[in-house]
Amino acid sequence: MALDQKTVARIARLARIRLTPEVSEKTLPGLNRVLGFIEQLSNINTQGVEPMVSVSATTLRLRDDIVNDGNCRDAVLANAPETIAGFFVVPKVVE
Amino acid sequence: MTDLCKLTIAEALEGMDKKKFSASELTEAHIKACEGARGLNAFITESFDVARGQAKASDARRAEGKALPLDGIPMAIKDMFCTKGVRTTAGSKILGNFVPQYESTVTAKLFADGAVMLGKANQDEFAMGSSNITSAFGPAISPWKRADGKPLVPGGSSGGSAAAVAANITMGATGTDTGGSIRQPAAFCGIVGVKPTYGRCSRWGIVAYASSLDQAGAFARSVKDAGLLLGAMAGFDEKDSTSANLPVPDFAAAARRGVKGLRIGIPKEYRVSGMDADIVAMWEKGAGWLKDQGATIVDVSLPHTEAAVPAYYIVAPAECSSNLARYDGVRYGLRDAALGDDLDDLYEKSRAAGFGEEVRRRILVGTYVLSAGYYDAYYLKAQQVRALIARDFAKAFESCDALLTPTAPTPAFALDESPDDPVTMYLNDVFTIPASLAGLPGMSVPAGLSAGGLPLGLQILGKPFDEETVFAVAGAVESAAAFGGRK
Repeated sequence: MALDQKTVARIARLARIRLTPEVSEKTLPGLNRVLGFIEQLSNINTQGVEPMVSVSATTLRLRDDIVNDGNCRDAVLANAPETIAGFFVVPKVVE
Repeated sequence: MTDLCKLTIAEALEGMDKKKFSASELTEAHIKACEGARGLNAFITESFDVARGQAKASDARRAEGKALPLDGIPMAIKDMFCTKGVRTTAGSKILGNFVPQYESTVTAKLFADGAVMLGKANQDEFAMGSSNITSAFGPAISPWKRADGKPLVPGGSSGGSAAAVAANITMGATGTDTGGSIRQPAAFCGIVGVKPTYGRCSRWGIVAYASSLDQAGAFARSVKDAGLLLGAMAGFDEKDSTSANLPVPDFAAAARRGVKGLRIGIPKEYRVSGMDADIVAMWEKGAGWLKDQGATIVDVSLPHTEAAVPAYYIVAPAECSSNLARYDGVRYGLRDAALGDDLDDLYEKSRAAGFGEEVRRRILVGTYVLSAGYYDAYYLKAQQVRALIARDFAKAFESCDALLTPTAPTPAFALDESPDDPVTMYLNDVFTIPASLAGLPGMSVPAGLSAGGLPLGLQILGKPFDEETVFAVAGAVESAAAFGGRK
């Protein structure tokens, strides 16, 4: 199934990547090429096969329920594009 | 004095122990070599001052008789590994100014063993590529030359790491391998590259691409050196929930074991159409070398091989679309917003400005295959195919101890021959991706030259957590090939 511009716009919106009409136009053939390629898996019989989520067969460990990190606010904020008084800053979200 | 940059790691350690030269002299020689090879664009960030400090500390330890296992060895660190206080970009504009406040487990372990960091190696953006051309910092170039003189790609994604080791400007390097990103560049650059079993090295502090596949590994100019590096990098880490709690074997010692009595499988499905005749011949020669050293060659079948690349290009983009959601222009990384923009504008514009074309494509593919109505048809299906591929390997290993295959279907190509078609580029990893999906250890060893004089690699694949057999087979291929490196 080939994607159209409308679907690309929907996916781009879900992925929070703004596509200008020009970029969207340029992106479409590559996307369809990849989707056409992966489509071939539909020919493989996988009936009754348990999906493989991870190669590590064991269940994930739980760590001890103790505080072992923290008190590093400045390090956490060190790479933020904008901070004020120990907070990340984003555009106003409440009207 | 001998050229310090041409020594192996094992030779350099011995030379320093015998006081023939100091760690500082070794590091200065490599810094000079790095400066002379800037045309390769092997580094995104040089860290010569860090290296000088580490070398000085190394000399002090050795003077006190307290030398560490890798004390004074100058390395390149792929820019996927977070290094405290040293910019870490993952080859992306979106992390162009990112300076980690913490150290990845793998680099911390290397530094705890005395390794010296010359710089952060160039790579494809977020490790998505097979040529290093998707780097936001320009492509790295292979030190190898073809007769027509065109600049060649070093392979990818760990292209800068491989180019640096092959050019003798670092003694070893770290890499990450999600679908072949260590093994393919090692083959293209005529060096050794090892990806251990998934879970052998901690992923903590490595920029995430596809978490169920990402695994750290090492580049070096000999199998033994690769073993020394991997031994330092591997080991259990509480901070990675998929880290394996197993003792770390002596990989370097395993390289000398020999192959007498081992059964080496040759998977018939790896004889793909369009493969260079040189590579087919090299593969047969490699099997002959192992037979001559006492191994038995057996034919095996991995029936779902052809499905591996398409399955990978569902699983990896799906995981990438989720992992890369963290780049939001708020907490770290590039921000692009104008006055009056709302939060969604900020997200969408920052991500559009920060991600390159290939990364954007994989995020979009991943978002699509995970989206409502398509999840079962694509993602679940790919996970089922992944299970079949893993089952194929398990079955093959009932009749053999390791597999021998080519690493890549062609030798290195020129920068200006890089395919525009994404699928053609993806198929470069046709021999490396299946083992990644199954989580198996793999290594590429240089085995000879193509008719055009470019290096060709053979890949050895092993059972889960049996890297020792992989090293044994690799050691046998290395000694028979007598490759000798770049002239």
